[in-house]
Order: sequence, then C-alpha cells, then structure tokens
Amino acid sequence: MTAAAYVRTAPEEVLPAPIFERGALAWMRQNLFSSVWSGLLTTALVALALWLIPDLIAWATTRAVWSASDGGPCRIHQDGACWAFIGHKLDYLRYGSYPVAQRWRVDATEIVGAILIAWLLWPRAPRRGLGAVLFFVVYPILAFILLRGSQWLGLPIIDTALWGGVFVSLLTALVGIVFSLPLGVLLALGRRSGLPIVKVASVVFIETMRGVPFITVLFMANNMLPLFLPEAWAPDRLLRPLVGTALFAAAYLAEEVRGGLQLIPKGQFEAAQALGLNYRLMMGLIILPQALTLVIPGVVNNFIGLFKDTTLISAVGTLDFLETIQNAAKDPVWIGPTIAPTGYAFAALFYFAFCFGMSRYSLAMERRLAAGRRR
Amino acid sequence: MAEALRRPAAALFSAPAIRAVIYQALLVLVLVALVFAAARNAYINMEARGIPLGFGFWDQTAGFDINQRLIAYSALSTYGRAFWVGLLNTALVAGLGVALATPLGFLVGVARLSPNWILSRTAMAYVELMRNTPLLLQLLFWYNAVLKTLPGPRQSIALWDVIFLNNRGLYLPNPTFDPGAIWVLAAFVFGIAVSVVLGFWARARQARTGAQTPVFRIALGLSLGAPLLAYFAAGEPIGFDVAKLSGFNLRGGLQLYPEFAALVFGLVTYTAGFIAEIVRAGVLAVPHGQSEAAAALGLNRGKTLRLVVVPQAMRLITPPLTSQYLNIVKNSSLAVFIGYPDLVQIFAGTVLNQTQAAVQVMAITMAVYLAISLAVSLALNLYGARIALRER
Repeated sequence: MTAAAYVRTAPEEVLPAPIFERGALAWMRQNLFSSVWSGLLTTALVALALWLIPDLIAWATTRAVWSASDGGPCRIHQDGACWAFIGHKLDYLRYGSYPVAQRWRVDATEIVGAILIAWLLWPRAPRRGLGAVLFFVVYPILAFILLRGSQWLGLPIIDTALWGGVFVSLLTALVGIVFSLPLGVLLALGRRSGLPIVKVASVVFIETMRGVPFITVLFMANNMLPLFLPEAWAPDRLLRPLVGTALFAAAYLAEEVRGGLQLIPKGQFEAAQALGLNYRLMMGLIILPQALTLVIPGVVNNFIGLFKDTTLISAVGTLDFLETIQNAAKDPVWIGPTIAPTGYAFAALFYFAFCFGMSRYSLAMERRLAAGRRR
Repeated sequence: MAEALRRPAAALFSAPAIRAVIYQALLVLVLVALVFAAARNAYINMEARGIPLGFGFWDQTAGFDINQRLIAYSALSTYGRAFWVGLLNTALVAGLGVALATPLGFLVGVARLSPNWILSRTAMAYVELMRNTPLLLQLLFWYNAVLKTLPGPRQSIALWDVIFLNNRGLYLPNPTFDPGAIWVLAAFVFGIAVSVVLGFWARARQARTGAQTPVFRIALGLSLGAPLLAYFAAGEPIGFDVAKLSGFNLRGGLQLYPEFAALVFGLVTYTAGFIAEIVRAGVLAVPHGQSEAAAALGLNRGKTLRLVVVPQAMRLITPPLTSQYLNIVKNSSLAVFIGYPDLVQIFAGTVLNQTQAAVQVMAITMAVYLAISLAVSLALNLYGARIALRER
C-alpha cells in the first residue's frame, strides 16, 4: 500500500466565469458587438451620440443665457439657448393677459383640478366614485365660476379674450375629456343599439367626426355655430372651439368605448337579463363598469392625442400655450435668432412631460389590467 | 303585438317593441327640429349679413395668387379652380408623406426590436420624442426655427454644387427630357415586365425542383441596367437642370418651397414614429415559435423577418397602418399654420374669408376628407375580407 502521491487538502480556488460569458464584457458582446454589422452600427451610433449630445447639453446649459433684461445678450450669444426670454415671459405663457390681481383664481382652479385628477387616476384611492362625481359635475361648475367670475360672489368677470397660455390649453383638454366621456359612452351605446335610427344617427356622427381633420371641425365651430344659432345667442369666441373639441373628442372616445363593449363576453349580458335587469340597470351595473375599466389605457392614449391636438385651437384665434410662445417670440425687445428655438424647446419639454407621463400611466394600467385577467 | 295592444296604457309603454318605436320617433323628432332650427337660423343670419346662399361663387374670379400649384392657375382663375389647386396640393403632400413615412416607420420599428442595445434605444428615443410632442410644434420648429433661419440665396448650403438649401427652399436638379427619353422609359418598362415574368418562373421552378433563383438581384439589374443601356444608346437624352446663382436669387432647378419641405418632413418624421410602434406591436404578436422555427431552418435574422415574421405580422399591421395613412391626409391640413397652400388653407381659409360662404365651403371641404376616409375604409374592408379567406 503506497501512500497517495498527491492528496488535496484545501479546495481549489474558485475561478470567475469566462469573461465573455458573464458580466459587462459578455453583455457588451451580446448586445453591442454580436456581429460585424452590429459592431459597426454601435460604433457609428456612439460616435454620433458623442458628437451631438454634449453639444445639445451645452446649448441648453453652459452656453445658454440664463438672465438678461432684454434680448441683447441673447443676440450676442447665438450658440446657446435664451432661457432669460422664457423667464421674462413665463407669466404671459401661463396666464395670457388674465389680470395680474386675479391670477390666483387660475392657480386655484389648476390645483383643485390636479388633486381631483390624481384622485381619479390613483387606482387604490378611497371613494373614487365620489372623486368622479366631483370631477365630472362639481369641478366644471367651480372652474367656470372661478375663471370667468361672478358678480354675486364678488369675483370680477374676466372677458375670455384675455384668457391665454398654459391654462387655456389645459382648460381645452379638460373640457374635451369632461364632456366627451359621457357623450362618447352614449354614442358607443347608440352605435351598438338594436334601434336602427339611433344606430344610424350615432354611426353618421362618429364617422363624420373621425373622417375629417380636427381643424375643419374647429373652422366649422367657429364660422358656422354663430350662423346656426339665433343672433342673440352668439357664442363666446372661446366657447366655439371648446364645443368643437368636445364633439370631436366624443367621436374618438365612442370608438374606444365600443372596443371595450365588444370585449365583454355575451354571457355577461345574458346573465344580467336572466336576473331581470332592464337595459339601463344592465348597462349601468354590469356592462359599463367592466367595459370602462378595460378601456382606461385606450382612453388615456386618446387623451394624449387630444392634449396634443389642443395646439390647433390657435387656428381660430384662441390664445393657447403654443400661440403665446409664438406671440412672445415676436416681441421686438427680445427678437433674435435663438428666441424661436428656445421657445419651441420649452414647449416641447412641457408637452413631452405631460404626454410621456400619461403614456407611462396608460402602460402601467394596461399591465395591471392584464394581471387581473391572467390566471 | 296583438297581446300588447290589449294591455293598459302604462304596460303598453313597457312593451319593448312599442318603446323602441317611441324612442326612435322622439329621436327623429328632436333631430329634425334641431336641423330645422339650425337651417332657419342660418338662412336668417346669412340673409341679414348678405352671405351668398348658393354655390354661385364657384365660378367667380378668385383674385388671389397661389405660389405652389400643379395645374395652371392665376389670380384671374375661378374659386373652383383654386379648390382643385388646393386639393392637388393636399394629395401631393399626403402621397409623398405616405411614400416616405412607410419605409422610415418600418425601419425604425425593426430597429426598435434589434438585438443591438444602442440601436433599439435610439429608435425608442426617436419614437417617444415624436409621439409625445404635438405635430404642430414640430412643424413650427422645422419651419420657423430651422428652415427660416437658413442663410439667404447667396450663402446657400450646397451639396456638391448640385443641391442647394437656403431660406427660400430646397433646390434639386430638375430632370429635362429630350425626345429620345421615351426609349429609356420603354427600357424601364421592359425591365420590370421581364422581372415579373422571371418572378413567376422562379416560383414555379422552386415549387418543382426546390432550386432557388436570385430573383431580386436579377430584377434589380434588369430594371436598372436596361434603362441605363438605353440611356447611352439613345445618346443621353435625359439631362439635369441645376440651379444657378444669378443676381440675388437662384435660378432654374426644381425649387421646393420651405413650407412644402417643412410640411412633408414634419409629417413623415412624426407619422414614422407611430408606424414604428405599429410595426413593433405587429412583429411581437407573431408567435415566438415562428422565428424559432425559421432559425432552426437556418435562416438568418434578416431573412427570418422578411420571409416569415413580417408577412404574418402584416395582417395585424395593415388596419392601424391604414388609419395612420388617413392621419397623414388629415394632418396635412396643418399646412394652414405654416402657409402651405393645401385644400384647407386655400379653400376653407382664403376662399371662405373672401366669399363668406362658410356653410357651403365647409360642407365641400369636409365632404372631400370624408370621401377619402370612407373610400380608404372600404378598400381596407375588402382587403381584410381577402386575407381573412386565407386563414384556416
């Protein structure tokens, strides 16, 4: 019995995985340099990014003019943004020509609106039904009284010709959603109704609105509404595009809701009828709650489109946010080559923040709803 | 029905058939009353303001000029002629928009799915930026912040002294055709025809023997080579008229106005973002087993996409893609904001303001867009029925 030539007394040192199998290098090899073409593409894109992005950041930060009392410094520093212009015009961009002493009313309306929207959008908030009633019934009345004014409450009446800026954009979107949601549900029900005349009327309205550009609807509201109404009822200049927006949005929402109604299994209708519920109770208690929950992502996406479309109301002379930027850029005190790009960059940031936020919310809701149905 | 008639009045109302009739009669009554009231008010208001009631303005002299036009038009032409100029300009922008946005959208959509991380992130950033900012903002940016701030004609940005870009537009070489050019065209048609025949033959051959023919390369060679040969054989009958600086402006060439360029560019880049998302969703909806099977057959990624995945995804892609095309048509009306003379700008803008015939002009404008939408929907339904038949 000879002694073993070699006996291991300590475990061998653990080696790391091959560098091309785990870790950063492996990830790069798999995701950036998986083939010659991929590698070339990566190199080209990285080079492009290194060339563009630092320049863009420098344009917006280090080379930008942050404070100035007029356009002079911005005309000298033409290779940077002119944020001083935005700073000086910020009040105009937010409120238009709304009287300075009364601007707290706009702020109050915006804050209340933001709280109510957060209440409605947060899926686990308590008493969302109450929130919905407040938002769709009480809030529009409150907003109307606050923004326009009321002699009885001692709030001076502000002519809508003075309204402008961000709050008019938000107001248009809000009117669009508040009035189009109930109207859209009605139209969707009408389109699926068994009554032929109701169905035809709904289809004609929906397809007409969806078949024409928004701008023609606005032109129609602006030019034809005053003709269709008696002389004494001539609608306000701001009200006309709002009516157009609400009708236009309702047609798109109706199609969204119809899609939700189609997803409800037939058994739900039959079960409701077997329980003896009439049409109103069946729709109100069984079908619509399910269908409307299903279409939340679609409705939010629709709302993003509506919010972007509110920029078009300036075509009929309404002073929305984008139009205030256009107007501010024409101010002779500030005029210069960097003013327009700065203004548009600011507007882009504003719209992007809103729309991107909403689209993320819509995605999260979609995932949440899918989780409920996945078993 | 007979039973329902015997019931007392309250029960009569709750009979579904009778209630349906009552509801609908009420709706008709309300609608008729609304339309009647609106028409009556419109009549009174239009009389009072001296607005023309008929379509007589159609043949009156327009009296305004339009710088971009595809058909002959002058300030002496009629309003009807102006309508056609606008409609053709809309069609031009929309057609070009569709033709350019589709390949760009597919490219970005496929890039969004690429295994290359940087490429897919770049595509994602593009899509998010385009989809989350208003089209109008993008158009104003391209027009006011980019094209309008370009240098004047004397300091044009020149590409190889052939293409010029300045604040008056983009100048491309304008092709000029001598009589011999017809031979080049004939050769081109010949090349295409032979390629089509070759395609059928190659397909039959592959079905019979399994042998493949490089159809695409041969077709490319034929449809490009044949016209090229004809071009030299016919003594170079096609020339190019390049823009030249004379005085303070560029003369000659094919001038694209900044309004037109901004509108087409903005529409294409915006819509491509939406098309990319549609393509991505369509491709992702094809079961993973399909691309795995393709990989097992030894097809590379490009061929897998082109031969296996995209043809199946097209069924899902087509309906939303068509609605994006309609969106291009409708969004081309944003021309109003940058002064491109499209249907809305000329007809619902200038003509409406000059004639004051709001009802007639808006009715015609909306009818045009509606007709386009309905025609495309109809075509889509026919196409849908065709591909539905092939499903098992």
